[in-house]
Amino acid sequence: MAEGHSADNMTLTLKVWRQKNRNTEGRFVTYTLGGVSPDMSFLEMVDILNTQLIERNEEPIAFDHDCREGICGSCAMYINGRPHGPKQVTACQLHMRSFNDGDTITIEPWRAAAFPIIKDLSVDRSAFDRIVAAGGYISINTGNAQDANSTPVPKEAADEAFMAAACIGCGACVAACKNASAMLFVSAKISQLALLPQGQAERRIRAEKMVAQMDEEGFGACSNTGACSAECPKGISMTNIARMNREYYGAKLKSTNV
Amino acid sequence: MSWLLRFFSSSIGKKLIMALTGLFLCSFLVVHMIGNTQLFYADQGLAFNKYAVIMTSNPLIEIISIGLYFFILLHTVQGLLLAYKNRQARPVGYAKFNNSSRWQSRNMAILGTIILVFLVVHMSRFWYQYRFDYVPYKKYVENIQTGQMVSTQAMAESYAVKRRIVEDLDETTGHKVTIVRDLYKEVEVAFQNLPLVLLYVLSMVALAYHLVHGFQSGFQTLGLNHPKYNPLVRWVGVGLFAILIPAVFAAMPIYFYVKSLG
Ligand code: HEM
Ligand code: FES
Repeated sequence: MAEGHSADNMTLTLKVWRQKNRNTEGRFVTYTLGGVSPDMSFLEMVDILNTQLIERNEEPIAFDHDCREGICGSCAMYINGRPHGPKQVTACQLHMRSFNDGDTITIEPWRAAAFPIIKDLSVDRSAFDRIVAAGGYISINTGNAQDANSTPVPKEAADEAFMAAACIGCGACVAACKNASAMLFVSAKISQLALLPQGQAERRIRAEKMVAQMDEEGFGACSNTGACSAECPKGISMTNIARMNREYYGAKLKSTNV
Repeated sequence: MSWLLRFFSSSIGKKLIMALTGLFLCSFLVVHMIGNTQLFYADQGLAFNKYAVIMTSNPLIEIISIGLYFFILLHTVQGLLLAYKNRQARPVGYAKFNNSSRWQSRNMAILGTIILVFLVVHMSRFWYQYRFDYVPYKKYVENIQTGQMVSTQAMAESYAVKRRIVEDLDETTGHKVTIVRDLYKEVEVAFQNLPLVLLYVLSMVALAYHLVHGFQSGFQTLGLNHPKYNPLVRWVGVGLFAILIPAVFAAMPIYFYVKSLG
């Protein structure tokens, strides 16, 4: 069962980035944590460390989390040089059995100019919200709920749109990219609508506005390294970035936005 | 026109410039390589020297050359600006970094800078010399019936004509006389220099790494990512642009260096 052949009680050395707020300098603080069960999630492990810190009257480590079931995209930690750690899952879905007794684990926040640090491991990802707010929606008045099959969508298109819609906006793509580029995220948000009939009416203006907002936020450009897709806990594919590029070229050529 | 300016200053527009110029440069490499394989002919450089004349006098080729210089500049400037902007997007780096991408894809600007140094050396050596500097003439006498070279002769330094090439057929002897600027000789002499040979070979390694990522990356940037054609793009990118072309180019200085050893 246990992959890492870890003992039932692991002792770990944790190098954690501590930073009071956006304006102060941060640094690594090293903690030793015993009694870690291989069946714990990574976040539960940090919870235990935090409980000990609180008991010692120290400031607990700030980190984002919500659903703890891999669907909300809140948890964001750069673990041992990779977003969300060694497995292609969110940090909340990462089990301590992926580590070995005695390991040293380095935990850092997402690093990007567009994701300023709020505190410790918690970064401000509202840039993503602003990109979606710029056009990642359908603004038609839908009226009452329609009959399920009144807008036919071929299965292939529905599947592809669904795969893009699996993006939980965690920001691992930005964290993984050497350019801190948000293209995988933005391309997933553009694709999920561009592939469906409901998304057609605003297709051009959407691509233009979302890309403009992405640039505005200070994310880097895409060098097609593929690190984003390789680290994405939802396996969002690079084909979305190619689609976004096509959408954007088409929009720039044809939109009436001069 | 402001939409066009905004387009080319967007992150995707900038990459489109990289892809279009980069793939144009790739097409140039194919032509340049095929032309230069004439260096390997055992004709004392006649075919190569005649080819050099065509490449610098045909008006259509001249126009394309000007485009080429412009695209090299554009690709270089845009590439370095992009690399700088992309760095700014992550002002504070990670203490521990296990990237799951390929080295060459992360270091295109370093590879490009090596290629740039190479281009400066290469062009100031051969391109500048051929176009603006003194290159001695050589006289080739061929028997057109047998195709055999009857004799060759380096012309004196004082020999200079307006034209880059003089061709003459002697009907009584059946000999064709060609007097042409001997760029081949310049190449031969240049590559007796070991450091230069090493610079060329190293640069071709850099080019190979630049293109093993770059060729496929260019298609992705253009939005051309399709399961039916991706294998072809990958195959051409790796086989032709990252292996064959750099290897043939690298073989040229090596060939002349080995020849000079005796
Ligand atoms: C024969 C010479 C060259 C060829 C054939 C070439 C070709 C290419 C191609 C096809 C790409 C991919 C474009 C894309 O990802 O969309 C590329 C990218 C790139 N090239 Fe070149 N290149 C050459 C020289 C240079 C030089 C001299 C530099 C500058 C110093 C340079 C810097 C770059 C950079 C930085 C990128 C990556 C841009 C990015 O993805 O962010 N290249 N090149
Ligand atoms: S806490 Fe919701 S995805 Fe990890």
